[in-house]
Amino acid sequence: MRYRVTIENCSETYPCSEQQTLLQGMEQLGKRGIPVGCRGGGCGVCRVQVTSGTFSKAKMSRSVISEADESKRIVLACRCTPTSDLSISVVGKMEKALNGKHRIQTEDDLSVAAVG
Amino acid sequence: MAFKGVLRPGLIQIRVLNMDEAINHYQNILGLNIVSTEADGRVYLKGWDEFDHHSVVLRQAESAGLDYVAFKVDSDDYLREIEPRIVAWGLEVDHVPAGEQPGVGPRIGFTLPTGHRIELYHQIDMAEDHPGIINPDIYQRRPDGMGASRFDHLLCYGPNIGKAREFFCEVLDFYQPEKVDLPEGDGSLAIWLTASNKAHDIAFVEHEEPGKLHHVAFLLQDWNEVGAAADIISINDVSLDIGPTRHGITRGQTIYFFDPSGNRNEVYAGGYTAYPDHPVRSWDFDHVGKGIFYYERTLNDRFLTVLT
Repeated sequence: MRYRVTIENCSETYPCSEQQTLLQGMEQLGKRGIPVGCRGGGCGVCRVQVTSGTFSKAKMSRSVISEADESKRIVLACRCTPTSDLSISVVGKMEKALNGKHRIQTEDDLSVAAVG
Repeated sequence: MAFKGVLRPGLIQIRVLNMDEAINHYQNILGLNIVSTEADGRVYLKGWDEFDHHSVVLRQAESAGLDYVAFKVDSDDYLREIEPRIVAWGLEVDHVPAGEQPGVGPRIGFTLPTGHRIELYHQIDMAEDHPGIINPDIYQRRPDGMGASRFDHLLCYGPNIGKAREFFCEVLDFYQPEKVDLPEGDGSLAIWLTASNKAHDIAFVEHEEPGKLHHVAFLLQDWNEVGAAADIISINDVSLDIGPTRHGITRGQTIYFFDPSGNRNEVYAGGYTAYPDHPVRSWDFDHVGKGIFYYERTLNDRFLTVLT
């Protein structure tokens, strides 16, 4: 079974099977929008808030997703699989490697620009 | 013996979210061997070329990351003598009794200004399944997975790395083979420290949040093994970070990936031989991309900011 996942921040939509995490579904189609970190529930960069729809979730590192987060349906896209069509809002971000006035252009800047 | 005091990073305890997934990763993907599973749930593993009882300890927890790294020292006398020097430098030292880990003697521990817990120990049993000693063959049996031969080094992120350098170099007699300079002033963005001939036993990157783990590295023999590791990563759908590639810093040939709890691993081959009389190799801010990844020559946000 495949479901539609809509990333509200950038109006991106992609199909995601119930065997895939939200992050895997996005990544394997070459879509952008959710930052991709460790893919294992440990680092917290793929934080999303599920604004509509249902999903199942695996264990996430408590240091990056609190119980309060979970009660607000804030989860890690790498640990959640859809059980219906979903809308999500990206709330995590990839930090810039070196920020401030000395920041150096990195290859990921392009994806940030694409998301707007 | 010219090689005294701290010998190497010998033990590392890593927090994982799911033990079964972690065992599959560290045993079947990296190719470490399980030594024992204890009543408290911790699992002990070692690489095929390590003599000591174990080197990697997995502990299931609610958050991923690093519990501590422990350095093996050359004698009980050194362990006794170093403690007052650590205290005099300004760190509080605690004692972990013998047997807290199977086969390991008493340990002393302290927390660096970077927020990382470091331990020192001398006594550890020899592993039952150790490399050959008398007329030794190359290996006893062909290792599984990537065939990582040993726990090699780690990279920590935290504040006050200049203080960490001072502690390691002034108290534990490490030296600094390489560094990345901050754009202004005398400080460092990143430092590589060693007690041995390896280009690094431990490295630090300056970072606001204390006690973070960037990666745990394991040794491979050569560039071909790094390529085979890349094959194993794809065959098993392991979460890839970057590589195979090469570092300008240390010159290591490398591939980075994540364990199933998001802790970054590296398998690594090559790298130069370090000596304490060599100049400190330095990278300025404008060349740091090449220093980190010699082929890509560009900074990578995920590699530099994703931590557990």
